[in-house]
Order: sequence, then C-alpha cells, then structure tokens
Amino acid sequence: MRILNASGCLDALAAPEVARRLDAFVTKTVTPLPREGNAPPRIAEVAHGMLNAIGLANPGRDRFLADHLPGLRELGIPLWVSVGGFCAEDYAETCSQLTDLEAVELNLSCPNVDEAADSAAEIVLSCRRATELPLYAKLSAAHPNLAVVAQAVAAAGADGLSLINTLRAVALDQHLRPAVAHGSGGLSGPALKPIALHAVSVCREATGLPIVGMGGVETGRDALEFAACGARDIALGTVLFKDPGAPARVRAELEAACDDAGVVKPEDAESLAKSPETGRKVPA
Amino acid sequence: MQSLASPSTHRVTGSERIGPYTLLQLERGDLDPGVPGQFFMLEAPGRLLPRPFSLCLAPPGELAFLVDPVGPGTQAICELQAGDRISVLGPLGHGYRLDVGRPLLVGGGIGIAPLPYLAEQLGGSPAVVLGFRSEEYAEAAALLPGAEVVIDPVLVTEVMPGGYDVFACGPEPMLHAVAELCPGAQLAWEAPMACGYGACYGCVVEIDGALKRLCLEGPVLDAARVRTPVEVVA
Repeated sequence: MRILNASGCLDALAAPEVARRLDAFVTKTVTPLPREGNAPPRIAEVAHGMLNAIGLANPGRDRFLADHLPGLRELGIPLWVSVGGFCAEDYAETCSQLTDLEAVELNLSCPNVDEAADSAAEIVLSCRRATELPLYAKLSAAHPNLAVVAQAVAAAGADGLSLINTLRAVALDQHLRPAVAHGSGGLSGPALKPIALHAVSVCREATGLPIVGMGGVETGRDALEFAACGARDIALGTVLFKDPGAPARVRAELEAACDDAGVVKPEDAESLAKSPETGRKVPA
Repeated sequence: MQSLASPSTHRVTGSERIGPYTLLQLERGDLDPGVPGQFFMLEAPGRLLPRPFSLCLAPPGELAFLVDPVGPGTQAICELQAGDRISVLGPLGHGYRLDVGRPLLVGGGIGIAPLPYLAEQLGGSPAVVLGFRSEEYAEAAALLPGAEVVIDPVLVTEVMPGGYDVFACGPEPMLHAVAELCPGAQLAWEAPMACGYGACYGCVVEIDGALKRLCLEGPVLDAARVRTPVEVVA
C-alpha cells in the first residue's frame, strides 16, 4: 500500500521534506488558465472536519509546465499531476502535454468550482485518446449512483479511481453568515471516512480497478480500513495540516495495525470486509 | 525553521490570566524559540486543527504564548492547566528583521503578543505604544513595562511619534493605518491557518497585489507589500 497526498493538501516545493516521505506526490489541480482562487476566508473548522473553498488556485497549465514541474522533478519522487478543466477538451489538452509521470489524476469533482459540462466518462475518454499515462479518475461520493459512474469511467479507459473528493458543505459563523467567503466549501477530515469507505467498497466491487482511498485517513488503522474496503493505496489530506510527519507515522502504524488484525500485508485485509451493497465478502 | 516533522509534545507549566487574555507557558523541550514574529502551531484540545500563535516570551526552558479566547479552539487552549500536554510545531514563517536603528513597537489588542519577546531580542528598552479597546484589555500592557497606552477611542496611530523604525502587530485596520503613516514599517499580519507551512492554501492575504499564503510570505510583511493602493485620479 502506497501513501500519497490528496491533491491540494501539500505544496511539495514549499515543504519538500514532507513530500519526500510520500510514495508519490500528487500536485494541486492544474487548469488551462491561471486561477488566483477564492477570496479569504477560505477555511473553517467544523465538527470532525473542515471546510475549504480555495477555488483551484493554480498557476495555469503553461506556467505549471515551465516553472513548477521541473522543480517537482528535482525532488526525485514519483509524480502524479492532478488535471482540471471546464470541458473535456481542457482536460485532454493538458493530458497531451504531460509526459514522464507515474500517473495523471483527473479531478472530476472539485466542489468549489462549477462542474464541467461534460460527463466524467466523456472527459476520461478524451484524455484516454490524448495520453498513454495511467489515468486515475477522482470522483465525488455525492453522486447518487457512484458505482454506475465508476463503471462508465472504467469503460472509457480509466486505469484507476481516486476516492473521494471533499463534499460540498456549508458552515456558518457566529453571525449566521457563511464561514468561508465563497459561501460553500468542500468538507474534509474524519467526518468523510465512513462515506469514503462506502464509496471505495462499491466502486471496487463495480469495477475491480485499483483505487487510491482518501477521506479522513488519520492513522494506520484508518489506512487498513481502506485496504479492507478495496483500496490499493491511500492518500493523506487534512491530517497533513496538523501533522506534517503523518506519512511516516501512518506507515509505521499501518504495520502495527496489520499485526493487530492478523494480516501479513494491507492487501490481505480486503477479504475480510463485506460489500455494503450485497453483504458478501469483497472481492466476491 | 525546524525540519518539518510531526509536532512535538510539551507539558504546560503554567497558565496566567492577564485581563481577558491567558498567558500559556510550556516546557520548551527541543523547540527553537525562533525570531520574534515567527509563529507556532499549538494543538487546540478537542479540535481538529491547531491554531497559530506568535511567541510572546521565552523564559529559560520555556515558551509562553498570549491567547485571546475568541472561539472554541482558543478557549480550549486557555483552559489548559499545568501538567497538561499539547503538541507544538514551529517556529514557522518569517519574523521581524531586528537590524534597525530606532525601534518603535506598536501593538493593538492581542497584537501585543509578539512584542515582549521582540523587545527582549532588540534589547535597550525600545519605545512602545499600545492601544486597547478597554481598561480590562489594557491589563496586558503589564507585559511591556514603560509602554505608552491608549484606550479606544484614542488610536495608536494618533500618538505614534515620527522618525522611528516601526514594528507593528494588531488588527488589520490598524496595520493599514500604520502602513500609510510609515511605509517602512514591519507589520505582523494575521489570517486563519490550518497548517502553517504552505500546505492548505487557506491563509491567503493580498500581498504585492495578489493573493499569497501568509504563512510562507509572512506573517511579518514590509508595509510596502500590503499598503492599500492609493487611487490616482486622472
């Protein structure tokens, strides 16, 4: 089980020592044009989680490729680039310009910008034609039938899934005004974990694709629960904010959690969990 | 700055009320007190995220932080008692440059927090002007003996003498006013932060005309970087 960061939850150029403790670094989402992001306040703590409304702040595709990517390559760790956009062509054009990466993650589910008009499957299909790099589709658990979306992106050529993104949410301040200036934000942190475990489990059963599980992973035990639900790898998000040492800590805790659970390695835990949809062991 | 690893755990050695504020003292352990104006992320017991505080005092073997209980996280920190333990990460960010000729320290409200350690590091009893909203809040001025103190509605910018190298910390309107009066001032800014090391992108402030992360650029900024642009009428 590899330990990655969730896109947008770590700046490897600002904190290279943290990034080097990961098995791969996932960039903040890159969009075709530069985005300054939303006005502050952008974050708010809520019970068991936090809201963020960063708004996909990023330097845009051209500056990312020219200025940021070379610096990231110097870190000497496997790289994933998170790609965003507002139509299938946006995603595909960026994919066509990417080379020499471990994977591309397609951000099909940012809660802080309007959703792309094209369906997740259409975007994956366009990107599949534009690159031979492994494509991971990052989906939202807010979709009423996530398994169907997962099957559609699998059929369109996705090599894996990243599950889950933050969920759109609202927090109010003491004056009953939205706590983040954007109004709504993306909910992250421990509150997401049960939702993410469900999403991983049903998508694993529906597609059999490798899955990067994320959403409230704070400990090695959390990581093992994602493995039990079918995640091959996990990503750390909000936990990095309070603990930049989390990658090494979670890795050490995962070993202990495996011992406690009586499994040799995290992958062995998958046969222990039951599918929430069918009640049978996953995989079948 | 220390290498970014997991935060270290520190025992609370004391917690003292100063007006509405609490001065929290911790065992220093291996932490470097850093440069005045740098900050530390303190665990807020029972909350998900830590909270940023600049160092107020650095007694031998200890670190002390002045905390204003404005919300559930800071309230939880103010309720800590001697013997409790919390995790601490820091020092983080960029502090004040100390190589000035005639220092003047200007603080507003909880903005007094970094000034006692700053005065100690500058040495030579620098001039200090402090502003508070009421007599109760002004009790914190005891942390800087000899300071000139004004109470609302008098503003610090009304009594600031000219010809000094200004170090300021306080509410945003005060910092903007200081920046207009003293273009060379060093200002300690504030913003909500989840991480303190550039990971969350939450603490952006308009710096050099664009939204930039305060934890990486500051929290101490040259006034010229944050001055409200003066509108030029053609």
